[in-house]
Amino acid sequence: MSLLSVEQLDVRHGLLKAVRDVSFSINEGEILALVGANGAGKTTLMRAIAGAHRPAGGRVVLDGRDVTHMSAHKRVRAGLALVPEGRRLFAELTVEENLLVAAASGRSGEWSVGTVMEAFPLLKPLRTKRAATLSGGEQQATAIGRALMTNPRVLLLDEVSLGLAPVAVETVYRSLQTLIEGRSTIVLVEQDLRRALRVAGRVICMLEGKIVLEGSTAELSIEEITEAYFGLKSRQQIGGGSGP
Amino acid sequence: MTVLNAVIQGIMLGGFYALLATGLSLIFGVMRIINLAHGSLAVLGAFLAWWVVDKTGISPFLALIPALVVMFGVGYALQLGMLERSLRSGPLIPLLTTFGLAVVVDNALLGVFTPDVRSLGGPAGKVTIASWAITDQIAVSAIGMLILGVAAAVLLGLHFFLARTGMGRSMRATAQDPDTAELVGVDSRAVYARAVGIATATAALAGFFLAVRAVVEPSSGPTQLIFAFEAVVIGGFGSLWGTLVGGLILGVAQTLGALVDPHYANLGGHLVFLAVLAFRGRGIFEARGVST
Amino acid sequence: MGTAPVGGVRPNVQRWTRLSRAFVGSVVGVAVLLAFVPVTLSANVTQKLTAFFILVMLATMWNALAGYGGLVSVGQQAYIGIGAYGTVWLAHQGVSPYPAMMLATLFSGVVAVVFSFLLLRLRGGQFAIATWVVAEVFRVVVSLDKGLGAGTGISLIELNRYDLAQRQAYTYWLTLFCAVALMAALFVLLRSRLGASLQAIRDDEDAAASVGVRVLWGKRVLYVFAGLGCGAVGATMLANTLFIQPNSVFGVNWMAFAIFMVLVGGLGTIEGPVIGAAALFLIQDWFSDLGVWYLIGLGVVAILFALLLPRGVWGTIEGRFGIQLMPVGYRVRGLLKREGRGASATEGGDPPRPADAEDQQAAEK
Repeated sequence: MSLLSVEQLDVRHGLLKAVRDVSFSINEGEILALVGANGAGKTTLMRAIAGAHRPAGGRVVLDGRDVTHMSAHKRVRAGLALVPEGRRLFAELTVEENLLVAAASGRSGEWSVGTVMEAFPLLKPLRTKRAATLSGGEQQATAIGRALMTNPRVLLLDEVSLGLAPVAVETVYRSLQTLIEGRSTIVLVEQDLRRALRVAGRVICMLEGKIVLEGSTAELSIEEITEAYFGLKSRQQIGGGSGP
Repeated sequence: MTVLNAVIQGIMLGGFYALLATGLSLIFGVMRIINLAHGSLAVLGAFLAWWVVDKTGISPFLALIPALVVMFGVGYALQLGMLERSLRSGPLIPLLTTFGLAVVVDNALLGVFTPDVRSLGGPAGKVTIASWAITDQIAVSAIGMLILGVAAAVLLGLHFFLARTGMGRSMRATAQDPDTAELVGVDSRAVYARAVGIATATAALAGFFLAVRAVVEPSSGPTQLIFAFEAVVIGGFGSLWGTLVGGLILGVAQTLGALVDPHYANLGGHLVFLAVLAFRGRGIFEARGVST
Repeated sequence: MGTAPVGGVRPNVQRWTRLSRAFVGSVVGVAVLLAFVPVTLSANVTQKLTAFFILVMLATMWNALAGYGGLVSVGQQAYIGIGAYGTVWLAHQGVSPYPAMMLATLFSGVVAVVFSFLLLRLRGGQFAIATWVVAEVFRVVVSLDKGLGAGTGISLIELNRYDLAQRQAYTYWLTLFCAVALMAALFVLLRSRLGASLQAIRDDEDAAASVGVRVLWGKRVLYVFAGLGCGAVGATMLANTLFIQPNSVFGVNWMAFAIFMVLVGGLGTIEGPVIGAAALFLIQDWFSDLGVWYLIGLGVVAILFALLLPRGVWGTIEGRFGIQLMPVGYRVRGLLKREGRGASATEGGDPPRPADAEDQQAAEK
């Protein structure tokens, strides 16, 4: 049985349909990459799965439980954690306090302030620094660490490389290596296609709210994914200019 | 000398205002709402304590305990029942609903308790009248010192709560970013309810002391709201220590105003408030979120 | 207004509909008819209508601030007091009572200008309570003035030069004139360019400023207008009730009434305050002997409307049926080849739903 499954999810922003009839599932230990251009609906989808955005239709099922109508904090307690796009740290709280807030969700497991510090050594000297004073890479590490503090069963990572210098991105992914190798269940939104394919076992490509390509990273070529990413294939099939 | 005396009396009065303003400041810091029913809730707390004393004859300081517990519950229910919905509807609605609540509370008190003033000074015993003479022109009242002490203790307690405890951390996080707080497992509804509960209980505590050191009547609510607000503005929204300073400044402004003419006591406070507004546009310790 | 063709279709921008033209026409007619009331109907009716017009003015002024400016004031009683006590003071100086009322109204506007510099630096709840503080200051100052009756109150004895019927008639005409003038002025204001900026300010102040809307100027105009209008409320109230006291004139109960009327009638609509005033008028007539329980009832109803029906009676009707009687917005017709409710922003061929009308109304207002 899958650990997380999304069934025919419809999510709206006002009148705009940002996510349309999306279905996929992920098993324990899998790493799924979610790719697509800006505005494809990836962040909306992640937020809807995490409970920050109420869907207009469809279901989200976590470990057999229908969590579609559960508030976000309850989903965290059920084992679903999102590292939001843009980090969204609590700016006036220190690094340690940011981590401790997440610990209040009460799930037990291997992650604590100490183990997070081990996984992200760059944070060690920053424990008592206000989050607003950190660099992009340090903030990202803190944000991931914060999500880990909830000892999640499924970790959702939304654009962890956004706005970071290449060196910082390297550092972040190196720290994620332990998670990746350790059979964690991760859904990863990533703009850098090559990196996404290197890290993930499966990939889903979204375009204008729909899934246009899905498959194992071993079998799909980067060209196929790029075509789906830009909707080139579908345009060729329909023939002529697409809509507005 | 009389000026010095006025300043000292003003500081003690300021302790009361700081206590009164704490709840208003907390709710604003956490939820960005100005609770226009704050003063009325303080008066409600006072009447609750008075009613317990009236019915059972126990000491007011004992009656205070159930009053505080009940008022915490009132605040909690208020958030879940009314403020939560108001928050979702935009910035105007919370003002209108809390104003409506003030009207309801004030008039309900009027209907139940009649317009007569009540005091808890008598039943409170010696502490209301005791004082220490420092010089032959300056006296420091026991009740004034007690209120100042309680205000300091409450603010310290709140500071400790926010800075050191898990619940306090969750509250600070929710104040800064409720959406993300939910995403890391914080029940923002419960946090808000707790904040309003605490704020209402501290308001009730202030109302209680108002009844002890002076009198309360059902229509006292609006005036107390104005004083609380002035203290918060003078000191700066969102900062608890700013609220203390603001309260002290307000108290001194009032006692100095009274020195000029007894009728000008409140006016002194209003003028300082308007002056702070005119020259600074915001308070002395303006802060984002809830800072300690 | 020039409209460029869009996709081959030239859109038609209208300000009036047949219905709104008919409505405004009949409103003018009704206003003219109302002028004849004192000479045709009983004194009781005359006085009741005067009280009703006063409520209409109060509701309209409060709505102008909150519904069109986003400024919640709980301190308009300051200007009500200035209008009332200003009249008394001027009458004491020898000015004839009715001209004194007009002057006192203008004076309220001037005071509003002065205080706008202080108050408009604030927003939201801070603005609200600050207006209350200002009202309190006035209350205290007036209560200490023996010449104005201090705490006990004072009457406008200068009105005794008129007999009862004359006084009621003059008061009625003055009140009717003020109410009509204020509402007409508001209507014109909202239809002007300033009106469009005001609605932008109300909806998102910072966004409005970023496109060059002069936010402070817009708010100031509204605030002064409302101050002037509340001055008229005070002056006419004095003429209608004769005796005033600082605690009631500068009391915050006026705001409770205003908020009730506007919430029930419809925040941000011109017609709403009139409906709310009618509702309050009837309720006052039936229930005011219930004392405090009447005020509690008002408060509870206001809260319920704020939470459950924030657009009020008229706002909800307008939204549901897409009716506009007093047109302050713009309608774009003919953009899509679809009959009925004009353009809507859905994609992918969804048929228009009631929500579309609401969104369109929102876009218009």
